[in-house]
Amino acid sequence: MNLFKDVGHLFRFVALFVVGTLAILGLRAALTPHSFGQYGHYRGAALGDIAAHPIKFAGHQTCESCHADVAEMKGKGKHAHVNCEACHGAIYQTVPAPAAAQPGAFEKLISLVIHKMPPDPAVTLHADDPSIKPVLPDTAVLCARCHAASAAKPKSFPQVDAAEHSGGVPCETCHQPHSPAIASGDAK
Amino acid sequence: MNLNRRHFMILLPAAAVAWESVLAGTPETAPNYKVSDHWWGMLIDISKCIGCGNCVRACQTENDVPDGFFRTWVERYHVTDTNLERPEVISPDGGKEGFPTAQEDAGKYFFVPKLCNHCADSPCTQVCPVGATFVSPDGVVLIDQTYCLGCAYCVQACPYGCRYIHPEKHAAEKCTLCYHRITKGLTTACCENCPTGARQLADLKNPNDPIHAFLKTHAVQVLKPQMATTPKVFYNQLDGSVR
Repeated sequence: MNLFKDVGHLFRFVALFVVGTLAILGLRAALTPHSFGQYGHYRGAALGDIAAHPIKFAGHQTCESCHADVAEMKGKGKHAHVNCEACHGAIYQTVPAPAAAQPGAFEKLISLVIHKMPPDPAVTLHADDPSIKPVLPDTAVLCARCHAASAAKPKSFPQVDAAEHSGGVPCETCHQPHSPAIASGDAK
Repeated sequence: MNLNRRHFMILLPAAAVAWESVLAGTPETAPNYKVSDHWWGMLIDISKCIGCGNCVRACQTENDVPDGFFRTWVERYHVTDTNLERPEVISPDGGKEGFPTAQEDAGKYFFVPKLCNHCADSPCTQVCPVGATFVSPDGVVLIDQTYCLGCAYCVQACPYGCRYIHPEKHAAEKCTLCYHRITKGLTTACCENCPTGARQLADLKNPNDPIHAFLKTHAVQVLKPQMATTPKVFYNQLDGSVR
């Protein structure tokens, strides 16, 4: 029986194959993020990363917690369903970040292989920092965006031709934007 | 502590399981939010849209969208009796600052707000070579930007033109359906700031969501149904000329 004679080189070959396979499996286990495959063929932790993006528009309830007087007036008027931030801008605003340090040669080299995203800019609430002011809208632009007459808008939506309607008089001369109907009843 | 070999061997698998869960981290930062309880979509009522561009501006602010790129935008269609197949469509700067006045003349005008359709069978996620984009278990098409190579296959694959490559991050971006908001019980920035309620976030798995009553009582369509992408953005009173 000479079948298993001179097979030493085969054992070395198999051993090399086994070691190589184990090395590859080990590397794969080490390099694959642990949440990969949690829900499907992607990194499950990405859901949490995306959900961690900062919120900028907090909603009218946040504004109303301080500005109850405006909320009451607005609640009775035609603009009751319009979010405060739709006209005044987001209540959280981006804080200007200090200039980031220029990446060194090593970081640049690494960035070719490892895709690092810049962090989301930090935001601060208007109530926490008095220097952050919501926008005081320019009524000539803002009112017109919604209410300028156009054949493309739904017929039931209130629209005016500004030149014909007021002759260039600013909207807020007659209309209080938070409750735009004119009390005297001579307007449409 | 007196630990003999037998007890150590019994503890070893338990420790391995515990270590695995430590490494896996906590993928959902929002408490009480279960991905399996939701299936997100959106309802857009064409008959309510006034083309003010509030949604486009809100989206840009909320999601730090660079100028000239859009996660949502508004198109204005002009259809005359002679160009039903080729309507005139404009979208100046995505409709961000509103639209020029449409004159009352032959034909009809209307606005169509557009965004990612969050397709259940999305062609964009199928072409990704690295598993960077996916449909989340709650039905939102998302991008893991740390995985994205910026190859732009997905940008080409989207039949609705909803993706772009971020000019500085060099990674694909798109509407996340404000995933950071909806997982915390808020609506999206565009729906929040729509003055006429033309856009409404919808949770198709929530039996109390008003979308179910709406879908039963209205003639609702999706964009490009012939692509079989199963879009979840539903349009009320959508004109047949919309592409």
